[in-house]
Amino acid sequence: MKARIKEIIDKYDTDKGFLVPILQDVQREFNYLQREVLHLVSAFLEVPISQLYELGTFYKAFSLEPRGRHEMKLCTGTACHVRGVPLIKDNIGRILQIQAGETTPDLEFTFETVNCLGACALGPILVVDGEYHGNISISKTNKILKKLGKKVKIDEES
Amino acid sequence: MKKVKTPEELKSLQEEIQNSRDPEKPCITICAGTGCLTYGTQKLIDNFNVEIEKQNLKGKIEIRASGCHGFCERGPLVVINPQNIFYQRVGFDDAEEIIKETVLNGKIIDRLLYIDPLTKEKIFHEDEIPFYKRQMRLVFGMNGNIDPNSLEDYLAVGGFNALIKVLNGMEPEAIIEEIKTANVRGRGGGGFSMGQKWEATRNAPGLPKYIICNADEGDPGAYMDRSLLEGNPYLILEGMLIGAYAIGSNMGYIYVRNEYPLAVKNIMIAVEKARELGILGKNILGSGFDFDVVINRGGGAFVCGEETALISSIEGRSGEPRAKYVYPAERGLYDKPTNINNVETWANVPLIINKGAEWYRSIGTENSKGTKIFALVGKINNTGLVEVPMGITLREIVYDIGGGIPKDRKFKAVQVGGPSGGCIPESHLDLPVDFDALSEVGSMMGSGGMIVMDDCTCMVDVALYFLKFLEEESCGKCTPCREGVHQMRLILERITEGNGKEEDLNTIEWMGKAIIDGSLCALGGTAPNPVLTTFRYFKDEYEAHIREKRCPAGICKALITYTVDPETCNGCMVCARICPTEAATGEKKELHTIDQEKCIKCGACFESCKFDAVKVS
Repeated sequence: MKARIKEIIDKYDTDKGFLVPILQDVQREFNYLQREVLHLVSAFLEVPISQLYELGTFYKAFSLEPRGRHEMKLCTGTACHVRGVPLIKDNIGRILQIQAGETTPDLEFTFETVNCLGACALGPILVVDGEYHGNISISKTNKILKKLGKKVKIDEES
Repeated sequence: MKKVKTPEELKSLQEEIQNSRDPEKPCITICAGTGCLTYGTQKLIDNFNVEIEKQNLKGKIEIRASGCHGFCERGPLVVINPQNIFYQRVGFDDAEEIIKETVLNGKIIDRLLYIDPLTKEKIFHEDEIPFYKRQMRLVFGMNGNIDPNSLEDYLAVGGFNALIKVLNGMEPEAIIEEIKTANVRGRGGGGFSMGQKWEATRNAPGLPKYIICNADEGDPGAYMDRSLLEGNPYLILEGMLIGAYAIGSNMGYIYVRNEYPLAVKNIMIAVEKARELGILGKNILGSGFDFDVVINRGGGAFVCGEETALISSIEGRSGEPRAKYVYPAERGLYDKPTNINNVETWANVPLIINKGAEWYRSIGTENSKGTKIFALVGKINNTGLVEVPMGITLREIVYDIGGGIPKDRKFKAVQVGGPSGGCIPESHLDLPVDFDALSEVGSMMGSGGMIVMDDCTCMVDVALYFLKFLEEESCGKCTPCREGVHQMRLILERITEGNGKEEDLNTIEWMGKAIIDGSLCALGGTAPNPVLTTFRYFKDEYEAHIREKRCPAGICKALITYTVDPETCNGCMVCARICPTEAATGEKKELHTIDQEKCIKCGACFESCKFDAVKVS
């Protein structure tokens, strides 16, 4: 762990001005910003741990909790909103039994909303593990969730 | 590519590239902006390449994955040159047929042509389509002709001509004077004069000076900056180079949203190639001028679009804005003179230098010059990015370019300017769009998101949507913004749940004013706008929610019920099969019913009924 963090920090010439990008890379490597990791970053860069927690809690990109195996990002931009995203959001939350921004206890799913992905023509949009699904509806999300192993009622005949 | 050492060398390289290109050589351009890629365009590009390989046409036909063409609604888009044939909604498997029929035999494939919905005529060329015809694509138009990762492509369309002109003896003061004369105002939201900002930063004491490109495009429903950065990154670099030269800066930052992976990738490639060519780095083109660029990926905070918050973020702190007693032009990044402009603003610079301030001034209205790119989205037929001259009316944008509202529904409002903007009703559709006219009706230019709403959009719900957004994105520094927006959200939530009180109407209004007056930055200072404008133009909807406990648009869950219309239901059983709570029931070919006790109003039956038999009331 130590060596990998050092490697990431070296990439930025140990420059404190790159704290946000460094943490982004660290999170990508370790799934989330765990305590030990933050302490190591703090020691390497000689920045107070409180500053790292400040960043970790302020920016949406960071997570101090473990993240799920599948990542679902629902676009809640204005265009998607007027095209019916609120109902889709409720539906996903109901099936996964978590609120947006949370991870299921079995660490299978992290469900998040994102403020506009800028692909409004295809709204509403759901990104599942990096793959974009455009023009989604309640029934389409149900099918996606079923494929990922959730028990969902879908209309088999259509 | 070999390093170029003088403006003349760059010019001759450009001419060499231009001369080596045969305008008659067939070229298939495929839009590879994020919008089209979301349709799965990569597969189409791959198929074209496979086909070229298979038919031994390598070197005879060019395949170009270009930046965004703007007409996202009809993607995947393909343009075939030299004939300039425009194909839309192209399928992955159409590659073979396009090459065989159109490119090799000159035959048009009818089913891929755009059909004018009004005249039902087939349209062959991109610029003849009504969506494009009314636009003025000065900044954005180049996107379609270049591969964003190809520096040669940018040079071939005359790229870096402005840089050559500047480094061939234009004094920094003269450049600033040109920008000031052009009277170009910031495209990121504030609308502040770019020339004045440059001048202030140049004249401010202190070294080094920094310039920043603000690509933290956080407004939901706006994506022109992303499309420029991912579709034409060299244009932004050229604008920044000229700005840095005029201001006297050697160091630039591009702060780009991490949610835009393609933009991050393309600008990184562009910076790398520009360094190789010697356009970035030390002693650029032998002028003695040094300049380089650092790319910073944002952390996903809307408030970082505000310039002082953005500076905080680059410095490695949380993005809290500060009071602007002293402007960043005097003390910005690391307390040094700093000039921040947004992507679209930087993109205008080469154009002004190339064509001159007087020409630029001839476009637009008295106090808003040039063009503006808008993201036309929501309940609109032609979703996409449109670049129009300032002063065009909203009606022209929504109906002539946007093609009106889908399913012939009724226009209700257009929301301009993102969370800081406002909803403009039908009565103001003939408003000429510019910075001042939009402010007068309670909205603002913002970054140029235009979200069209029809009669099934609830305006109270929209106002609540923006409040939730802003509540979440408020950095929490100023109490009126942190607490005020929260309280306002609670009141609006209550109204949408049917528990609104008569005095709420009054409270909303004075609270809105208090938040505007008591907040430091533009986020809080404009946060009540979406509420106040919907309140101003759609008060009747608020009243319906409060007095009659009714949501006229049929959106607010607590105020609606789903029922089955006995006339239209034919008992197909779809709703019964998918209802998660078994509220919808019925036998085959018999009338279905919805048990209101069990119904959780998830909307699944309404969405899936193919006969529109499920009604909202």
